[in-house]
Amino acid sequence: MTKLHEWFRRLNDKLVHVLVYLALIAALTPLFSVLWEVFRRGISAINLDFFIKPTPAVGEVGGGVANAIQGTLITIGLASLIGVPIGIITGIFLSEYSEAKLSSFVRLFNELLNGMPSIVIGLFAYTLIVTKIGFSVAAASFALALIMIPIVSRATEEALKLVPATIREAALALGMPRWKTTIFVALKGARKAVATGVLLAMARIAGESAPVLVTMGYWKWWFAGFDRPVAYLALNIFLFAKSPFENWIALAWGSALILVVIILGINVVVRLLMREKRL
Amino acid sequence: MVNGDRSSQKAHIFFLPTCHPRAGKAKTLLTGDNVFKAFTAVVASSIILILGLMVYYLYLGSRSSIEKFGLVFLIGVDWDPVRGVFGALPLVLGTLVTSAIALLIALPISLGVALALSEYMPKRLSNVFSFFVELLAAVPSVVYGLWGIYVLIPFLREIVYPPIRSSLGFLPLFSGPIYGGGVLTAGLLLAIMITPIMSAIMRDLFILTPSTLKEAAMALGATKWEAVRVMMSYARSGIIAATILGLGRAMGEAMAVTMVIGNRFQLLPSSLFDAWYTMAAILANEFIEAIDPLHISALINVGLLLLVINLVVLICARLIIWRHVKAVGGVMRE
Repeated sequence: MTKLHEWFRRLNDKLVHVLVYLALIAALTPLFSVLWEVFRRGISAINLDFFIKPTPAVGEVGGGVANAIQGTLITIGLASLIGVPIGIITGIFLSEYSEAKLSSFVRLFNELLNGMPSIVIGLFAYTLIVTKIGFSVAAASFALALIMIPIVSRATEEALKLVPATIREAALALGMPRWKTTIFVALKGARKAVATGVLLAMARIAGESAPVLVTMGYWKWWFAGFDRPVAYLALNIFLFAKSPFENWIALAWGSALILVVIILGINVVVRLLMREKRL
Repeated sequence: MVNGDRSSQKAHIFFLPTCHPRAGKAKTLLTGDNVFKAFTAVVASSIILILGLMVYYLYLGSRSSIEKFGLVFLIGVDWDPVRGVFGALPLVLGTLVTSAIALLIALPISLGVALALSEYMPKRLSNVFSFFVELLAAVPSVVYGLWGIYVLIPFLREIVYPPIRSSLGFLPLFSGPIYGGGVLTAGLLLAIMITPIMSAIMRDLFILTPSTLKEAAMALGATKWEAVRVMMSYARSGIIAATILGLGRAMGEAMAVTMVIGNRFQLLPSSLFDAWYTMAAILANEFIEAIDPLHISALINVGLLLLVINLVVLICARLIIWRHVKAVGGVMRE
């Protein structure tokens, strides 16, 4: 009886060992499928026209996503101008004054903002900005900036906490005031880690489409001012994927390939750099 | 805020007030340090302001819907822009059911992945696979949606769903026509999307649990799985918190879901293969085409509802994590 029980326990142990690896395979199969399909279908859509021509009109042959690439760069640029300073300053506050009562509140709200569905953040930008100046780059950038802030501030906070106390003490011992020490010694020492946080935040918003949809709508033309909408690469995928036109669907896969290469590229580089540092 | 410098001197032992050459002189309120602290505090509190404004402005935007329907909006089962009648119950149900399906699939797989990465794999290999799992989390949702339409839906329609229907078709859940897209497809795609984030959180959790627990169990003659189970029961509240965070992600996902769920407004689908709707999906699908102010207001009302549900979910996860941290602190002290 005990023999049988013993045997059963060992069998169970082996079974779990197998199951755990099966789970890993089940989780990674979609990744490889996504990457493979995006590469296979995207690569055939990419040619010179893809990068220099704007969205084709209905029924037009060929065409590209040049306007969407322009729009994505401008929108991310403006979003970073708003989101990065706020994120970095918030990160400084959280790490340097972590004992202040306000810090725990800010940390909680940062987390809530981070977990907020991106389409809700887009609706907020709609009610706040679009109802006043209309669908615009400004509204989309505001929404995307709100998505950047928690990512940048967390990266800044963690980077500043990793700066050795001895370096700060050295600066303070030389008579430097605390705020100068924070900016010119601690933040300077942490600048690479902060920069990777900013890059990850940019990669994240480059792939966001829901908040862009409710703040800019579908726009097929070039940039015409911050109070007007512009095409956005991630949103193009959504618009093109549902269309019945062959060349639009091809453009969707091409856009997906470009986005995935840029976003995963940033992630790979950043993570490799971080790993190097840890060793 | 401004004169909180004394407390900060206590916490950072390297800011010794008496040794500091400026410590004696800093009597005035307007020192560089105080101004800097006040400035960062003001900027940091803007995040609290932003969340407050978010609730307020979504309330403003949905006011005409709230005034017209009130709480009936939550139990209404019609969505008719032409007649101007809006109710969100089917959307809430659709959101809950698709998220539940996603969690049902994602939870065991995430647990398995987290265990494989933290307990079963050699460290070198687990580093590589952790990397892949993290990449999986970085793929944009709209790319998952595109893959869902052109790869996952045909695959499910041709290969997976027919045998399920022919073997389990006697259950109402698995009968009816197969479109490819639908409730089950949306749940499956959501599961694929939330598995990486859930398994990454759980892996970190398992790595952080004290190894003495497992060692003690093994020393008593437990098999590896029995020892791991001891460790998992210790990390239970963390696992629950990770699951709740995954739930929040699944409920808020708009683009990928609207691309594969079929977007049909109905109280209950006829089967798991039938089309349905979620709160986030109707926003992605209808918001930009809505013209009637009441329709727009009703959609913003759906957004407000989504925001409130999400806040509740996130705060629950936070509370569980705080309780867990307290409990862990207790064990550490012993």
